Formats: sequence, structure tokens, C-alpha cells
Amino acid sequence: MGRYLIRRTLFMILVLFIVSLITFIIFVKLPAADPARRAVGRATSPENVEAARHAFGLDRPLYVQYARFAKGLVPWPGLFLNEDVYFSYANFVPVKEEIFGRLPVTLALAIGAATLWLLIGIPIGIISAVRRRSIWDRGAMIFALIGVSAPVFWLAYLFLYIFWFKLEWAPPSGIPIGTSVMEAVLQGRFILPWMVLSLTFAAFYARMVRGNLIETMGEDYIRTARAKGLSEKRVIYRHGLRAALTPVVTMFGLDLAGLLGGAFITETVFNLPGVGQYAVNAIFNQDFPSVMGVTIFGAFFIALANLLVDVAYAFLDPRVRYT
Amino acid sequence: MSVEVTERAEPKPEPEETPLIRIRGLRKLFPITRGILFQKRVGNVHAVDGVDLDIYKGETLGLVGETGCGKSTLARVIMRLYEPTEGSIEFEGRDITHSTGRELRDFRREMQMIFQDPFASLNPRKTVGAIIGTPFRLHNVVPRNKIKSEVQNVMELVGLNPEHYNRYPHEFSGGQRQRIGVARSLALKPKVIVCDEPVSALDVSIQAQVLNLLEDLQEELGLTYLFIAHDLSVVKHVSDRVAVMYLGKIVEMATGQTLYRNPKHPYTGALLSAVPIPDPDLAASKRRIILEGDVPSPIDPPSGCRFHPRCPNAQFPRCSEEDPPLEPHHPGQVAACHFPLEDRAIIEAEPAGSR
Amino acid sequence: MAEPLLEVKDLKVHFPTDDGIVKAVDGISFTVQPGETLGVVGESGSGKSVGFLTVMGLITRQQAQIEGEILFQGQDLVTMPGDEMRTVRGEKISMIFQDPMTSLHPYYKVGDQIAEAVRTHQKVSKREAHEQAVEMLRRVGIPRPDDRADQYPHEFSGGMRQRAMIAMALSLNPDLLIADEPTTALDVTVQAQILDLLDRLKEEFNAAVIIITHDLGVVAEHCDHIQVMYAGKIVEAGDRRDIYYNAHHPYTWGLLRSIPRLDEAAVDKERLVPIQGLPPSLIFVPQGCAFNPRCPHVFERCRTEVPELLPADGHHASRCHLSLADKERIFHEEVMART
Repeated sequence: MGRYLIRRTLFMILVLFIVSLITFIIFVKLPAADPARRAVGRATSPENVEAARHAFGLDRPLYVQYARFAKGLVPWPGLFLNEDVYFSYANFVPVKEEIFGRLPVTLALAIGAATLWLLIGIPIGIISAVRRRSIWDRGAMIFALIGVSAPVFWLAYLFLYIFWFKLEWAPPSGIPIGTSVMEAVLQGRFILPWMVLSLTFAAFYARMVRGNLIETMGEDYIRTARAKGLSEKRVIYRHGLRAALTPVVTMFGLDLAGLLGGAFITETVFNLPGVGQYAVNAIFNQDFPSVMGVTIFGAFFIALANLLVDVAYAFLDPRVRYT
Repeated sequence: MSVEVTERAEPKPEPEETPLIRIRGLRKLFPITRGILFQKRVGNVHAVDGVDLDIYKGETLGLVGETGCGKSTLARVIMRLYEPTEGSIEFEGRDITHSTGRELRDFRREMQMIFQDPFASLNPRKTVGAIIGTPFRLHNVVPRNKIKSEVQNVMELVGLNPEHYNRYPHEFSGGQRQRIGVARSLALKPKVIVCDEPVSALDVSIQAQVLNLLEDLQEELGLTYLFIAHDLSVVKHVSDRVAVMYLGKIVEMATGQTLYRNPKHPYTGALLSAVPIPDPDLAASKRRIILEGDVPSPIDPPSGCRFHPRCPNAQFPRCSEEDPPLEPHHPGQVAACHFPLEDRAIIEAEPAGSR
Repeated sequence: MAEPLLEVKDLKVHFPTDDGIVKAVDGISFTVQPGETLGVVGESGSGKSVGFLTVMGLITRQQAQIEGEILFQGQDLVTMPGDEMRTVRGEKISMIFQDPMTSLHPYYKVGDQIAEAVRTHQKVSKREAHEQAVEMLRRVGIPRPDDRADQYPHEFSGGMRQRAMIAMALSLNPDLLIADEPTTALDVTVQAQILDLLDRLKEEFNAAVIIITHDLGVVAEHCDHIQVMYAGKIVEAGDRRDIYYNAHHPYTWGLLRSIPRLDEAAVDKERLVPIQGLPPSLIFVPQGCAFNPRCPHVFERCRTEVPELLPADGHHASRCHLSLADKERIFHEEVMART
């Protein structure tokens, strides 16, 4: 296992390099306004622009510029997304501060939605699999189809319209300045975002659980379990589900990690000041250090989650042994 | 068993004839690797570990053994589906051990294979005609417009209706699909056909049909067979000579009858004892040799004679230190054992009167 | 005559499918005495497995149309409610299956899986159940059973896995053990070990055993009574000696003549005599005797009238219209002559 972890960590570093490099190249290639000029404003002297360019390091050769950003990849305090380089062109705030400042909102959104989609998706998947071809199964699969096909922004506006505008059940979107995340949660400001975000995932998970469970229930060891005289409930849960859920756990880790990088659309539509919203703004402003920072942040967590779920798999499935 | 039969003492044909296939010192090892970034070889799977074999034209050589004995790997190495790690393979006097490209392709026409699983070995998206016709297309031995009629000839030869040319594999039964596999292998009129467990996946009543077909084809077309199976009864029935394999080596070889009457290697004895006989009285008079333990893994074979950990006859220290060579016993029989079994059959018939 | 352990009366198991009704089991009747070993022989599609899965209650009325009676120790299992059936299954009647590789749950330790069976039927503590599991592993000949009990199935070899399955099946001292193709997936030397084990254990545990297989050799060596099944019906039933030395059904003859035998005298390779044709569809079963399209001794009556399994009370019965004299004659001329 130790050898395996070392190997995976090395690959993780490689992945981060590649991601950052590609992001860098995209920005280099994109026709964009000179950030130095944009930073200092229109009517300034060329000296000021030059000074800004120097401050941003834009006068150095490309590979040096990249190297400066690459230093920020190292997940070590003082180096990771360090302030010298990762400094927003647009609002002059260190990227790190922004991301970590906004992280609680994104976390609240992600964890809440994740809990909801597990609570909805998995039971629906189980019922569907156990009562195949019944009305429950058909209903569940229709739900799954809708959930997977409906675009998040459409759902978001639909829900806002119904539950906030018309029925006035939900509070308005966004988090007023001064409200802490905790307060916002208690005020119910996250309820609609949770519902919207979890719907798509719930649908997907329902389908996955259904498929896996149907397959598992057809295995020989289920027949053995029944032959032992176990109750059907025990057969389904302890024998069938236990095996069927293993790939679901893997998926869940990855999905959750992906959300840490920000649920872009949901945060934007509901005006939640999370990492996703920050990323969207940064992209529109062509604020390179911010974009790079968020990308690396997200990539790091996804790569880490990848590693963790693979390791977890070895604990869940005794047949899997890493060397 | 009431009729005394004078059996041929030698394997057929006569030993002075040059073998069609000659194998010397064949080894095939599969590496096991470990490492962080760069994989390093830490061990080997000794799939085939030193085999000398001669196969004569027109004979059926049976290869029998259990899981991990290497019989399937041996067959695939002979067919050059794998390249040997060591040793040599000669076909009709030509050394094909390391041939590639053109030479290998030409050799492929002479030696074909039939596989075990009639469901998995046929491409479900191709029609029967296309499946059997592929060898023709690949080797350009017959003009394009003649391929179909050739294919239909072959179909008839194996007992398939030529009008089913355009059907798909799933429309046929298991036995028929195996016939398709046979037809495919016959397309290029090979000299040798390697049959890898050709009837194991078939029902008993169909097995006999396919075995008879193989026998008929051998007579009609002058084929040579290498017949691999784990079922000793089947192997003995079809083969002229039988080679018993254990952990990558041949431990005994003789005609089927000699093997049955006078096995020399204790493993052969155990195999014979283990095969269930559909005759209660005969079964009751069988000598019971039940081995301890499981079939071992070819990753780390035991020292000396590989069979010594499970051998009821083993004597130490010789058996755990010295690997016995194949030595002759009865005419046409060789066995690799320091303390071979005495002359006695495993299954001795009761005198007449008990039925 | 002691009360039979298992008495099956005219059992039918039909599966409705889109293509028609699959008559997997179409009227089988037989008894099993306590301590007896019954061999059930048939090829795929003969219905041999389906019948016993139904006895175990693993095929239920939700999945198939079940008719007839299955009397186990006097009680009818067909009409027994599911909860009660679960007390029978695993405790009074146990079953082991063909592929030990896939029949054990890969995620749970072997000892735990056996202990689970024990705790389902007996009120014992976890520790006691675990001890019983270790003891069972010892009794089936697995060395170092306490270590082995803490291992996972993939750490066992094929033969050991089947031993573990047997341990699990016998852990509650059942009166009947059904073994469905228990050795088909195993190497032949391992097969011999397992069958030997079953012979020994059935004495020790005083259980009746039913071995379902396609291998005529296996039943010859290990079974007292034998049933031959074809197209969902029993076509011949009798003692071991009846089947091998005095068979009365053309299908049995066909089987005996078509299998290669180790002890056959080989003069230039004697030919096997295969059974012509293909196994029948279970949806469109041939009219009259189901074997008639493939039977070399068929006559008019066979195509119209389904033969009964006769003699009804006798030990050796066959389902064929041929006269007894003809049956004996043909057997001696065609089948015995081979050896």
C-alpha cells in the first residue's frame, strides 16, 4: 500500500502541473486586454502601465511567468497559492483570501446538497431495484430521466419562481452582507439551492444504485444467502446493497470533491457568494491569477478525492489489494 | 471388460519417422512485476517449464492436466500465439521458434485452433459465412468469387446446412457453434489442429457428436491433432498417445491403454483414481489415491520433483532435491519419477460373475 | 418402510415468458428416505436444478406456476408460508451450488458467513456462533480453521471454498443436503476429495444427500438411487445397479453409449454412439413422449401418447412404451456389448 500511495501522490503532482500548464497556455493564447493596462485604468502614463506590468511579472519571459505560478502548486503553507503571485488583477485581493473566505458558503451548499441527494437517490434506487417493473420503478426512472436532463439553471429559475416568487415559501436568494453562513442556513436561504443541486445528482444516483443492485441481486452469493434461510431484508441490505454501494461510494467522493471547486451555475443563479461565483466572475474579468488559483484549488481536491476513494475502495472490497 | 485386446505396444506411427512438430526444452515464463514508478520483475509464473515433445503426422496427441499445469499455455506457444522464453519449436523441420511477419503468417495456415467456449469464440456480429470465410480473405488462397462456395463446402463437411450461410451465431445451438469453430479452423486445410477443451462446455449428448466429427475429419483429411482437455476419459478416447502435465512439465507420456493399465507416475495414478467411472462395480474396485491439498500455483513451484508435496510415494530427501527426468518404462512410455508405481492398473476389473 | 424424508408428488414448475410457458419441471414424483443418497442426472434443460430450487423455496409462486406437493417430514412445502419456509431452509434442508468461487460473498469473512447461518436459526451469541463455524471448518478438513475463518473467500482455493460451502450447509445439522453440480467447476483430483468428503460427512451427520449432476460417473460412485431426467420429467429411476446394468430407457442407453470411458478397450478408437438430434424446447415440448424425435426405437404410439413412469410402486421404473422384454433385450445387445 505504501508503494501505491507514493506512486499515486507522484501522479497527483503531475496532474496538477498539467492542469496548471494548460490553463496558463489558454490564457496566453486568448486575445485579452492587457491586464496591466486594465488595472491602472485608462488615462495613465506609460510608466505607470510599465510599473504595473512589472508588478504583475508580465515583462518576464513566458516560462518564468509560468514558473512563478507553478510555485503556488505546492500544497505547503506559505507556498500554496502564495500571495505574491496569486493576486487578483481585478480587485487587488489575494486569491487565497478570497477562496478560503468563500469556502464556507460552498461547503454549506455542497454538504447540504450531498446529504439530500444521498437521502433521496439511494432509497429510490433501492425501491426501484427491489420492485422492478412496478409503478414505483417506472416512476423512479421517470424522475431520474427528468433530473438528469433538466438543466440546472432551468431548475433553479423554475424553483425560484414557484417557491419564492409565487408561493413565497422560500426566502430570497443570496446572502446579505453581515449574515454568517450559519445564520443563512438557518434562515433557509440554502433550501432552494440544495434542492436544485441535489436533484440532478439524486437522479443519477438513483439510476446507478438501481443498476448496481439489480446486478448484485443476480449474483450467486445472493442465492446462497437465501439458501441459508436469511430474511429477504437481510439478503437485500447486508448482502446485496453492501456490494452494490461500493462503486457508489467512489462516485460520491469524486462528486463531492468536484463541488468544492464550486457549483458554478447554482451559486450564480442563487447569488451565493461561494467559490463558484468567484470563479465565474474571475473568468469574465479575465482575471488570470484568480482563475488559476480556483482551478488549482479545485484540481487539488479532485485529485486528492480520487486518491482517497481508491484507497477507500481497498477497505470496502477485500479483494482489492494495492501494491 | 471381458475381451482381451492385443494392443499396439508402440505409439502409432513408427518412431523412426520424423516428427511433424518437434519441441525441445520449451519454457514460457510470465513475469510478475512490482514497483513504484518503474515496474521491476520480482518473479515469474512458470507456465511451461521445460517440455520436450514430438508430434507425428496423423496422430492425435492428448494433453491432460489440471488448472495451472500449463497445457493451454503450451498449446498457445506451439501455435506461436506466444513467443517462447526458451527452447525451440520445429515444424516440418523448419525452426519457427522466433519467426515473425511473413514466415509466421505462412505457418499459421498449417496449424489452427479450436477453442473451448463456443459462445465466446465466435464474433456475434458476424454471419457464419463471414466467420468461416475470414481465413480465406486473410490469406488470399482462393479467388474472391470462389470464397462462398468454399465456405459452403466446409460447412457441409462439418455437418452444417450450407443454406445457413447468412445466419448469426446466436441462432445456432452450442454444438452447432462448435462445428462452426471447427469449420473455421478447417478453411485453410491445415495440417495440424490444436483442440483446446473443445467439448468441455457442451452437453454430454452433444459431446459425442462433436468428438465423432473430429475423428471423421481426421480420417478424411489426414489431420494431426493436439487434443487438450482436463477430462481424462475424453482424452484417452480420442488420443493415440497421452501426455500428462503437472506444473509446467510433462510427467508421463504413453498410449492411452498403457497409461490406464500401468501408470508409472503417482500423479497419473491419482488422476486415474479420481476420474468417476460410470460402472458401480468397477468403481468400487478402484484403487483409491486421494491427494492431499490443492493444485499448486505455478508462481513458486516446489523444489526437486514438483509433485513431491502431494505425492503419496515421495521419499526424502531425493524427491525434494532432485527433479526426475523422463525415463522410459514400458515400450512407448516415459515417466518422470524416482519411485514409480509398480505394474498394476488403478482400476481392476472384477472377474466375470459379479453382474 | 420408514416414513420418507421427502416426498414429491407430481410437481410442476412452469415459467411464463414472452415466448410461451417454459415447462421446466413437468410432473415429477419421487421419495427420498432418511440417510439415502439420491443422484439426479440430466443435461442442461432437463429441469433437474429447477425442481430442487423449488423444494428449497428459492423458486417461489411469484416467479413460477407451481403445482403439486412437496412433503418434507410430512409437511407440504409448496403451501408453506414464506416465514415458516425460512426456518426449514438452511436448517432442515441445505443446498450447495456449483461455483464456489461466486457462491460466497466476497466482502465478508468465511467464518462470519458460516456464523451468520448459525445465528439465523439458533439463538446463540456471536462468539458461540463463531466457534461453531471454526469447528465446522475443521470437520470439513480445512487446516488451521481458526486462521482460515478470519479470511476472505478469495484467499481460499477452489476446493477449499467448496469445503467451506459444505461446512456452511451442514452447520445446522440438516436432515437433507442438496448438492447442485457440486464438483463441476473443480479439478478432477479436487473433485475426488470433495466427493469423498461428502461420503464421510453424510455418515457423520446422518443426512440424506441429493447430488444433481450431468456426470454419470459421479452418481455411479456415490449414489444409492438414481433418477434420470429429460425435458422436465423423470424418465428412469432405480437403484445404482438397475441404471448401469439393466437400464430401461432409450435416453439412459443413449447417455451410456455416448460417454467415453476410461476402461473401454481401445482398438483403433471405438466410436461413441451419440444421441441424435438436439435437446428439446421446453416451451414446445414434442407430443407424446418428449424423447421421441431422438429415439432410435421410436414407434407410432410414442408420438401420440405420453408414457407413464412404470411400474408405479416398483423400485426400478421407466417412462417408455417399449415392453419390458424389449427393454432388457436392447440393453444387453446394444449397451452392455460395449464393455
